[in-house]
Amino acid sequence: MKLLARLIVSAIILSASNSFAAGGNGPAFHVNIDMDNRASLQRGATLFVNRCLSCHSAQFSRYNRVAEDLGIPQAVMEENMMFTGRKFGQTMTVAMTTENATEWFGAPPPDLSVKARARGADWIYSFLKGYYVSEDSPRGVDNLMLPGTAMPHVLWDLQGYQALKAVDHTDEHAESGHAAAPASPFELVQEGKMTAVEYDRAMTDLVNYLVYMGEPAQLKRKSVGVGVLFFLAAFGVIAYFLKKEYWKDIH
Amino acid sequence: MSNEKQGILGWVDRRLPIGDFWEAHFSKYYAPRNFNFWYFFGSLALVILVMQILTGIFLTMHYKPDAELAFASVEYIMRDVNWGWLIRYMHSTGASAFFVVIYMHMLRGLMYGSFKEPRELIWLFGVLIYVCLMAEAFMGYLLPWGQMSYWGAQVIVNLFGTIPVIGDQLALFIRGDYVVSDATLNRFFALHVVAVPIVLLGLVFAHIAALHTVGSNNPDGVEIKKDKDADGIPLDGIPFHPYYTVKDIVGIVVFLFLFSIVVFYFPEMNGYFLEHANFEPANPLATPEHIAPVWYFTPFYTVLRAIPNPFGGVLAMGAAVMILFFLPWIDKNKVKSIRYRSILYKVNLAVFLVAFVWLGYLGMQGVTPMRSEMALRMSELYFLFFVVLGVYSANRSTFYYIKWFVIIIAIISAYDLYRSNTEIAALVWQTWLVPAAFLVVALLGAAFTNLDQDKTVPERVTE
Repeated sequence: MKLLARLIVSAIILSASNSFAAGGNGPAFHVNIDMDNRASLQRGATLFVNRCLSCHSAQFSRYNRVAEDLGIPQAVMEENMMFTGRKFGQTMTVAMTTENATEWFGAPPPDLSVKARARGADWIYSFLKGYYVSEDSPRGVDNLMLPGTAMPHVLWDLQGYQALKAVDHTDEHAESGHAAAPASPFELVQEGKMTAVEYDRAMTDLVNYLVYMGEPAQLKRKSVGVGVLFFLAAFGVIAYFLKKEYWKDIH
Repeated sequence: MSNEKQGILGWVDRRLPIGDFWEAHFSKYYAPRNFNFWYFFGSLALVILVMQILTGIFLTMHYKPDAELAFASVEYIMRDVNWGWLIRYMHSTGASAFFVVIYMHMLRGLMYGSFKEPRELIWLFGVLIYVCLMAEAFMGYLLPWGQMSYWGAQVIVNLFGTIPVIGDQLALFIRGDYVVSDATLNRFFALHVVAVPIVLLGLVFAHIAALHTVGSNNPDGVEIKKDKDADGIPLDGIPFHPYYTVKDIVGIVVFLFLFSIVVFYFPEMNGYFLEHANFEPANPLATPEHIAPVWYFTPFYTVLRAIPNPFGGVLAMGAAVMILFFLPWIDKNKVKSIRYRSILYKVNLAVFLVAFVWLGYLGMQGVTPMRSEMALRMSELYFLFFVVLGVYSANRSTFYYIKWFVIIIAIISAYDLYRSNTEIAALVWQTWLVPAAFLVVALLGAAFTNLDQDKTVPERVTE
């Protein structure tokens, strides 16, 4: 009884503290998602199967569905994008077991099928751009969006390494720059294979793909919606005049 | 008359009076001719009920009520089942749409006094439907087995645990386990797809049967059955079919248009219809940062949070719903429609609506000292609506108004004195002005001005 009461109170307190707790971890960067950009989705898919799918599964997503939706020929998909021994019609699972993952990383890498819907595109984009060199972290890097993350900076060879800028508060106040664009909190300390612009574009592609994968139906949903709305609009006009005709003798 | 019918219809009619039924409830069922916008929501609720049942049946064909499989089966519906995403979004959006429509329908009842004599039973069945709908929505929300499903159910079931003496056993009985688990999912599934829908259908039948016995109210609150022509047909009545069938079709199409915009373009409604955290599979070991109920529960959730004592909060929340049952016996003013009621009555209703929406808003937000103060004040306004309604039931003496003003102010101030401490004193006494100001207007206004005078109700319906 008391325990239950405490549970409720703690739930209430937890929800109470949320607005403060979450406030600090709001996405640092914004990304523009474009489901119509098929090239970007294809590049994102390539990055995903090469860079993410060795540890992270996407257990609800099927290779053939991705191929069909993104216009990737089956042969190309099978030769260049499937590395885990799965068949074309199967889902994107990984070979790594939860036990191994927990042993190696401390926590199993989460499934990414619907991650974009849970976290939001901006959060994932900021996470992918959020690694910085940190002396305190056992991995040598930490992430601004998920402090203490168990995930290593697997894209370091592309992005290079960045460090957190020392924030000079007196400067900020002096500029009183509310209008100024939010500057990046990072500075590059070791260059990667990509320039900052290239890396941003690659991460945009990847996030674009993750958003697609979160809900493959969205490619179809919006076009079906147009037809439904047109039908209802037309039917509405007919229904309106039908009603008017009948009601002539009342008014 | 129906005996003359030929063919199959005639054959059936001689064995089952479908013709009489059609006449009694459609072609010769007379409804007031002055229904306005607010009268669409009854038929819309029926449309949504049918839609929820149909989409629900198709979801049941693919959904797996198993803690290991539930989340995956929903994603399977979203991805691999043909048009599964559409069925699922119609069902999830339908849940929110149901509450939008029901809240509008209830507001209509409030505005035009549709709960008053002789329609008390219609209102009672209606509130029962609303309570069933809340149970249905709550149990349905567990089924996707996401984080919000899981922790929302955990918190709500624990509310029953706050009841003294039997609480623990009751919560255990509801869950079938010490925490929300596979057992809970299974029974919620059974209740959601079989038990509650059957009760709902029965109640809807009773709601409409009672309605068709006494006939509809209307925006003027005039009884059309008082003025009948030589044939016994109400002068201000028109046959439900074809007039209201064709009219309701227009309402249904407009509704479906708006509904489709959400289904096809904003199925998550920015987290209000499908919460983001619910795309994380349920994890009994990780409490989410923010457990928020879906929007249609938030007004009552805020009432719950407004009282620091858990059982007190549960009682307040329960009372906020239960008080609706008593409405026909609280507001006994003979004037039904808001059109002919006093200015102060309109103020009372407007304040009630603001309080309800504000409570809903607060339920979605985290708590700050100011917000929890406002949660209490809005809860007070919510209940004061009913108190003031009761006071306005008849013409009262100046002394009567002043007496109730003093009594209520004393109760509110006493509670504030009891809970106030140096830390929150300023906030308490500043926000004390909210109910105080309302009571000054509603009760002292009635005592010392004639703003509490109702208008004369016309004999026949206006336009």
